[in-house]
Amino acid sequence: MTRFAATFAKPRPALVAFITGGDGDTAANLDALVSGGADVIELGMPFTDPMADGPAIQAANLRSLAKGTTTADLFAIAAAFRQRHSDTPLVLMGYANPMTIRGPEWFADECAKAGVDGVICVDIPSEEDAELGPALRAAGVDPIRLATPTTDAARLPDVLNGAGGFLYYVSVAGITGLQQAAQASIEGAVARLKAATDLPVAVGFGVRTPEQAAQIAKVADGVVVGSAFIDIIAEHGDAAAPHVEAFTRTLADAIHSAKEIAA
Amino acid sequence: MTDLPNSLRTQPDERGHFGQFGGRYVAETLMPLILDLERHYRAAQQDNAFKAEFDDLLKNYVGRPSPLWFAQRLTEHLGGAKIYLKREDLNHTGAHKINNCIGQILLAKRMGKTKIIAETGAGQHGVATATVAALFGLPCTIFMGAVDVARQQPNVFRMKLLGAEVVAVESGAKTLKDAMNEALRHWVANVHDTFYIIGTVAGPHPYPELVRDFQSVIGDEARAQILEAEGRLPDMLIAPVGGGSNAIGLFHPFLDDESVEIVGVEAAGEGLDGKHAASLAGGRPGILHGNKTYLLQDEDGQITEAHSISAGLDYPGIGPEHSWLHEIGRVRYEPVTDAEALASFQKLTKLEGIIPALESAHAIAAAERIAPTLGKDKIIIVNCSGRGDKDIFTVADALGVSL
Ligand SMILES: Cc1ncc(COP(=O)(O)O)c(C=O)c1O
Repeated sequence: MTRFAATFAKPRPALVAFITGGDGDTAANLDALVSGGADVIELGMPFTDPMADGPAIQAANLRSLAKGTTTADLFAIAAAFRQRHSDTPLVLMGYANPMTIRGPEWFADECAKAGVDGVICVDIPSEEDAELGPALRAAGVDPIRLATPTTDAARLPDVLNGAGGFLYYVSVAGITGLQQAAQASIEGAVARLKAATDLPVAVGFGVRTPEQAAQIAKVADGVVVGSAFIDIIAEHGDAAAPHVEAFTRTLADAIHSAKEIAA
Repeated sequence: MTDLPNSLRTQPDERGHFGQFGGRYVAETLMPLILDLERHYRAAQQDNAFKAEFDDLLKNYVGRPSPLWFAQRLTEHLGGAKIYLKREDLNHTGAHKINNCIGQILLAKRMGKTKIIAETGAGQHGVATATVAALFGLPCTIFMGAVDVARQQPNVFRMKLLGAEVVAVESGAKTLKDAMNEALRHWVANVHDTFYIIGTVAGPHPYPELVRDFQSVIGDEARAQILEAEGRLPDMLIAPVGGGSNAIGLFHPFLDDESVEIVGVEAAGEGLDGKHAASLAGGRPGILHGNKTYLLQDEDGQITEAHSISAGLDYPGIGPEHSWLHEIGRVRYEPVTDAEALASFQKLTKLEGIIPALESAHAIAAAERIAPTLGKDKIIIVNCSGRGDKDIFTVADALGVSL
């Protein structure tokens, strides 16, 4: 069984936690996420031009790059994480140019070697899948696709074709970290997506509090939280890990028990 | 024999690719909108009323056709090929940018969009967008890097007079590429009512195609004008290339005329060893702002900052069709430095009484280099893409003159 399958087979929703690689003490923060109860880790690959990100994650990208973080550093962080944590699924999330610059095969092989389970590439929609998807699938790495409020029924099959790991529902038409979607719209969207795919559905964008996360976890298989972690790292710098762990625990508790309360 | 297609004018393919370049590398949120834009553009292309309205605005509002001026004194001074200038500087708002803005705002209207956004570097595209937004009574927001806002105050004020809101972008390097990032971010969050007027032949498909089509009026006119003046096609075309919209507008109608040599001019800034904006000469293929094209970047694919004395050429990428024309060898791209452009800016002003935009001065500089090597029976058309009034502060500064 893949790490994704094992994680989503658990009888409780998953906390999917995003942080930007190379921003703060990444190894310590990753350990804090796991010990706090995060089920899936998304590690952001910094990029000079993060077009889909709001101010918090933009700033994290620039902080990381200003420290000189390279793609090799990112894979070293990922490989070391995999040595310490054999079961937690690890996803690399980022933009097309750093992922494809040395060729998709190179990137896919590095992912496989580092123990990366999935890749989210923000600016490669299903139409351009040939750019990265075949190489990832050949290397046994899941391309994780995004569905959004603008993804209509006609497009959805294309979005799902070739997708793996889980489906990431971006609940607002917008950038990371700003608005939050209405619960009713999330419930409707998740129901539509789950009718169309067997992949687990994780919901993200704009989720900042345990209360919001718990609401979403009542209907989704996973809840993605990113900017709220980035804010903690921005505030506490290299000493963020204990704060990250404490916040992770409040989110994980809320998410993991959401369906029990509902039941 | 290279394996060239029968016509070079049928690109892109149905997925928006010019050879390996172009495409639609955008977030899923934007994808349905871009497909919708393409559908509406295809319908507009079939609609005579759309074409008639576009032509009418170009004639009566923009002031087209722009003249093709025989630059006799420059020609005599250089002692070689005859040089003609395509006078895009005489258009309303002072550059070719308005041609595209007219086309796109008509599309916006057709699609029922009620708000306009655009990115701008020097402010020329911002002014042209604010102008058409005023003409059509639509609210308009212009994204401009904070660094550019500081160095292009006259254009910022012009945009405000025209009723636009100017957002100073503080992210990243605070210049044109960051303005484009911010415009894309705003668009993602407002796709339901907002039309994004992209200012050059870049961005996701269908933008590179539709901007080219709207700008092709430059080459269509130039072709008819040179046939009338000289009874034959030119031997060479020269145009400056930032994103590449004025250049492709001039080039595209001539791409299948094998006798016409075509030269695009990239901004070499301080020289190709130093800071520059020559994506083809100094970059590699990559993916940014929705398309695959040559980009200035490091070995990890991080985008590096461009530099040119001309703010309109100061972009780390180039339109995908130019990347393709470069790779198949149909267009030759040559670098021109800040210093060369500055010299040509002054030379054209003194010899012809025409103050060119610094962007256009790059093309003049290439013509100065090439014309003396050609016989007097040869003909070159240079795109004078804009007028230089906007640049007098930059030029004064570079010449050590305080105004
Ligand atoms: C007068 C003029 N020429 C050329 C350019 C470069 O743009 P493009 O390469 O799209 O024509 C600009 C851009 O601002 C401009 O203002």
